[in-house]
Amino acid sequence: MDSYALLIAATLNAGTVLAIASLGLLVNEKAGIVNLGAEGMMLCAAIAGFACVVHTGSDTMGFLAGMLAGSVMAGVFGALVIWLNTNQYATGLALSLFGAGFSAFAGIAYVQEKIPERHSYAIPLLADIPLAGPALFRQHPLVYLTVAFAAWLIWFLYRTRSGLVLRSVGESPESAHALGYRVRWIRMGAVVTGGALCGLAGAYISIIYTPLWVEGMVAGKGWIALALTTFATWRPARVLLGAYLFGGVTMLQFHLQGMGVEVPSQFLSMLPYVATIVVLALISRNPRWIRINMPAAIGKPFYPGS
Amino acid sequence: MARLKLEARPEPSALWSYASPLLALMCTVVIGVILFAMLGKDPVRGLQVFFWEPIKSGYAVGELLVKATPLLLIALGLAVCFRSNVWNIGAEGQYVLGAIAASGVALMADAGSSRWLVLAILLAGMAGGMFWAGITALLRDRFNANEILVSLMLVYVAIQVLGYVVYGPWKDPAGYNFPQTKTFDAVTRIPRLFDASRVSIGLVLALAGVAGVWVFLFRTRAGFAQQVGGLAPAASRYAGFSSRRTLWTALLVSGGMAGLAGALEVAGPIGQLTPYVPAGYGFAAIIVAFVGRLHPVGMVFSAILMSMFYIGGELAQSRLGLPKSLTGVFQGLLLFSLLGCDTLVNYRLHWVRPGQTGGGNK
Repeated sequence: MDSYALLIAATLNAGTVLAIASLGLLVNEKAGIVNLGAEGMMLCAAIAGFACVVHTGSDTMGFLAGMLAGSVMAGVFGALVIWLNTNQYATGLALSLFGAGFSAFAGIAYVQEKIPERHSYAIPLLADIPLAGPALFRQHPLVYLTVAFAAWLIWFLYRTRSGLVLRSVGESPESAHALGYRVRWIRMGAVVTGGALCGLAGAYISIIYTPLWVEGMVAGKGWIALALTTFATWRPARVLLGAYLFGGVTMLQFHLQGMGVEVPSQFLSMLPYVATIVVLALISRNPRWIRINMPAAIGKPFYPGS
Repeated sequence: MARLKLEARPEPSALWSYASPLLALMCTVVIGVILFAMLGKDPVRGLQVFFWEPIKSGYAVGELLVKATPLLLIALGLAVCFRSNVWNIGAEGQYVLGAIAASGVALMADAGSSRWLVLAILLAGMAGGMFWAGITALLRDRFNANEILVSLMLVYVAIQVLGYVVYGPWKDPAGYNFPQTKTFDAVTRIPRLFDASRVSIGLVLALAGVAGVWVFLFRTRAGFAQQVGGLAPAASRYAGFSSRRTLWTALLVSGGMAGLAGALEVAGPIGQLTPYVPAGYGFAAIIVAFVGRLHPVGMVFSAILMSMFYIGGELAQSRLGLPKSLTGVFQGLLLFSLLGCDTLVNYRLHWVRPGQTGGGNK
């Protein structure tokens, strides 16, 4: 039974990475901008965060460094896409390619580095409950914060005026502009927020999830996070659920390997990617379902006065 | 306060569509010089390593062309895709599958095999790439699944498939347990053009591809339909062009080209299937395609440029003690600069002083 508790704990841990990144991407997609650079931002944030922890010894500083790296990269992306009207797909792709190269380049000195021993996080009393304790209450604080953030985001997007403005910018930038909202700056804010959250997710990978630096260690999680916003039809609660589901699939491969399932390990490693493809196909099967939920101006540039 | 404003041009500037890649290259070089200086290396030496050493001898030029060949082949296919507004970014996976399929044929060879086996290897490579791209096309066509995400996810799957065959069924029993197949029989080697260089018939195929894609895009009705679908989907529907046909053509052509590149690599310079077959050509080719303006001839130049980045990165490692990943940094920078500079193709920049036009523009 204990192994199931550990599987749940690991699932939450892996799901948190995807959830943070995907909620961030949700914010900028709600404002009408798709940033395909998630993978690149996460990679650069992973090395920035890791390097920062190596030098300062502080996890918090590491997370902040990751968020800063993500924000700066998203800022460059936003400037190109929003003010210079470049193609969102191509620019995001450029960000991912650049991020992969730059993180490998910057990280070369840190490949063998170690960071201080991770201490365990246990909530007093709750952590001692049999089964539920090890499964739910021995996680890094960010795991709980992510759930809280998702709840806050739902409230923000659907219950506040600012949330409404953000969504209107993604649904109909022309109307928002006509009402006097600064569409481009709102989009920029959303893009930078998305970058900061992707950065946090990247830093979480290299500081908590697997505390080390390896070239390309994000291993497609940025792309899966992008796919998650579509799976979730742009709803924060479903993003959270989807993230845990995919965290579970990622962890399942290790669990199955541990159980001695007679399948070559490569086929188990394929699982998260194959699952992404399968779920994407199933969810997208009904184009109307997607179209109803998708922010109407997603991917489309907006330049006032043109 | 005066500020810069974009003003849409009545039509795209022909001048800037040629000048923008050059300006982007200049930006990249300037950033590169700053980067070298910051790393405490002589920038002149750095530039030499990237732009002079790869062309200073006949052999060096040969190596440049060896690396440019797969880049050009893949980029040609991607250009057909991007012009049709089909965002295939999984060429790396299609390349890997091409290499695996080609290896399957190459491993069957023995000393008695005919030299014509090379043709079968190349066809198998193309089929492998087409099959992999076909999955993306099928899921897009039948299930409306986003081709960007599907094709990219399939890259990771392809790399695992490669891992499976080289660690499992195809591992060389006499290979000291290294995860690689046996070295392919000499009869399977892609014929070389010259004795003194590694340049193979792959280069000829790539140049034939340039001509082929040019004719297809600019001289055939099918190629025209393909691009109308990309530029103006509504007009394309009205004209009765099938969007499904566009999708399948784009993906099968680019998958086939990427698979061919994989076959040429694995049966050419590499000579066996190893986990190091995926070298990022599939991703670099995206940059080649954009920098070459999605034009077959333009991509010849951008493929050579990108190949310079690859060789320069390797030389920077051996000569200057810099990490090889510098290549990736410059590739990313080049695409970034290009996208920024491309704004000048469609827009004019001008300064607006307060009180002038553009009021209400926030």
